Amino acid sequence: MALQLDHIKARSGTFDLSATLSVEVGQRVAIIGASGSGKSTLLDVIAGFLTPVSGSVLWAGQNITAKAPGARPIGILFQDTNLFPHLTIRQNLALALNPGSGRLRAGDTEQINASLARVGLEGFAERRLSEMSGGQQSRASLARVLLQGRPVLLLDEPFAALGPALKVEMLDLVTEVADAEGLTVLLVSHDPQDARRFASQTIVVEAGQVSPPQDTMTLLDNPPPGLRAYLGSG
Amino acid sequence: MASRAFSIVAALTVAGLAIGPVTAVILRAEAFSGFRPADWQALWFTLLQATLSAGLSVMFAIPLARALARRQFIGRGLLVALLGAPFILPVIVAVLGLLAVFGQSGLINRVLASFGVPEVQIYGLHGVLLAHVFFNLPLATRLILQGWLAIPTEQFRLAATLGMGRGAMWRAIELPMLRRIVPGAFAVIFVICLSSFAVALTLGGGPRATTLELAIYQSMRFDFDLARAAVLGLVQLALALTAGLIALQVTSLPVAAKGLDRQVPRWDRTDRRAICTDIVWIGLAALFLLMPLLMVTLNGLAGITNLGASVWQAAGHSVLVALGSTALCLLWALPLTTRWGEWLGLAGIALSPLVLGIGLFLIVRPFANPFELALYVTATVNAFVSLPFVLRILRPEAEAIRADYARLRDALGLSGWVWLRWVFLPRLKRPLGFAAGLTAALSMGDLGVIALFADPDRATLPLKVYQLMGAYRMDQAAGGALLLLILSLGLFWMFDRGGRVGSAT
Repeated sequence: MALQLDHIKARSGTFDLSATLSVEVGQRVAIIGASGSGKSTLLDVIAGFLTPVSGSVLWAGQNITAKAPGARPIGILFQDTNLFPHLTIRQNLALALNPGSGRLRAGDTEQINASLARVGLEGFAERRLSEMSGGQQSRASLARVLLQGRPVLLLDEPFAALGPALKVEMLDLVTEVADAEGLTVLLVSHDPQDARRFASQTIVVEAGQVSPPQDTMTLLDNPPPGLRAYLGSG
Repeated sequence: MASRAFSIVAALTVAGLAIGPVTAVILRAEAFSGFRPADWQALWFTLLQATLSAGLSVMFAIPLARALARRQFIGRGLLVALLGAPFILPVIVAVLGLLAVFGQSGLINRVLASFGVPEVQIYGLHGVLLAHVFFNLPLATRLILQGWLAIPTEQFRLAATLGMGRGAMWRAIELPMLRRIVPGAFAVIFVICLSSFAVALTLGGGPRATTLELAIYQSMRFDFDLARAAVLGLVQLALALTAGLIALQVTSLPVAAKGLDRQVPRWDRTDRRAICTDIVWIGLAALFLLMPLLMVTLNGLAGITNLGASVWQAAGHSVLVALGSTALCLLWALPLTTRWGEWLGLAGIALSPLVLGIGLFLIVRPFANPFELALYVTATVNAFVSLPFVLRILRPEAEAIRADYARLRDALGLSGWVWLRWVFLPRLKRPLGFAAGLTAALSMGDLGVIALFADPDRATLPLKVYQLMGAYRMDQAAGGALLLLILSLGLFWMFDRGGRVGSAT
């Protein structure tokens, strides 16, 4: 059981990306690299926003390359816009549960309340984003993606706008939840400290080349030349 | 992809409505009747009045816009907002107002008469120009005001530190801006006036003051000469297309200009002569724009309490036509809020409503009595004519919604219906309300296609008011005009308000 990228070649504008790798189920993996190195392109291929020119994306041995983003076993937290600002948190979560009909079914309310409790937001169901702090917004987004019940979680620097302490808090929360649910998590970050804290394994993206996951500590303690240049001497 | 299917259906019906009637007219025109002297006269007058109307509107708009740009006074916001009003003001209401001020027994003539000065005649070229300037001076002013407000503050600051005089400032800063803005404003107004019908119908007429559109109407109404109407319609179409394409090169459709409540900070505002000039211009413009409306209201108050049953019936028709064409226009517009959709919608500007009406008349005739369908045809044509404006209003916001939320939509796997119901429409509510209000008011006040069919049992309120005017029942006409004004502004206000209340932020 794994998330696999098999000889992926993808093109975004004039930018080319190639990747072959495998992430075991239940792993927490960081994806690091300079901006413009291809992190977002890689994430778009996995999430289904970009169809690769060749190669395939597999989950548990099944080819999901042709599936729409919403039909993949993947939940994603974007850098911004993870919830609709004009809807209450309850309405947002109801849409995540029933993306086809948009209606609440019996039992949905309990599920929604449980997921809010899970991220420490009891009693926030009737609020809108504008009535919440940045940290609370992040928690609500996490509740949304948990409710979707997808086995793979992609995090595209969703906590980048938070202060350092809040970011650590959120990463710890994700770790806790992911462990409890057995989720496979990929975290895009440009901060090596996030990788150290959060991920046992790390994928380095450099000029469109994606390296397979390696042990985070070993990698960061003895970085190869390209990564060393990105991290800076120190 | 259900949404794609909707887009295709909307595009096909709009394209069909653009092409079908025109084709019907062309086929009908095969018996080319040739261009008679009267037709040349109509073509000449159309070009003449459009040129003069655009020229005069822009000429007066320049000092007025400058005054509004550099002065701050109580009521400035209201006056600027009022400059947007003529867009939704029914032509027939404005005409009655202008007659009350400039007409034979209007205010001006009464004042002149007391000094023994011979009276001023409003009908003919004068009247047409007066009405066109009344409608388009505000538009030109808004466009040019926008240009003035877009001049970076730094330029005026620099001018102040250099100690530039008024002449130098005019040459260095203001003239270059006007060179950019004025051709576009002129072109837009020229195009609008080319297809002037209701104004020409009420204030023009006669061989010396007949536009092509009016000539089309007359050949249908009085001679039932379809071949001649078809030829005139084709000339009108060619004219509108050419002018429209040229206008598009120099400008874009002005609908909702934002940020006009600012004032240009400059350092020459204490110049006494400038202050006097500005006061005079603002005062004259306010009088010119407000007096007719005031007169319509005053004259109408007496008549509105005892309107006949037929007036109320016509009002009912008008409201239904307005609501119907608003619904149809939005149904068309929502799937067409894209770049190519907006191009398609521009057909609504190029095609003359009368040509469309005649084409539909010809298409329907083999199957049904066109006169019975007059109200449906009117609602359809009105929706078509409003489409470019509605798309202009909706498209930027619609594209922003798609840009902001398409990824979240896809990540959640929202169905087309859920996206529309929970995200797209709620977030589009505000411009949607504004667009609906505009369409409803335009349709409510329209005096175009319906005049072609002019069936007493199926009159709309503007047509009814026109008929009352023609029958010299001025009290009833004034009462009807006030009712029309209330209904038009009321519909606009209702829809626009509806879009604002609890709208997504």
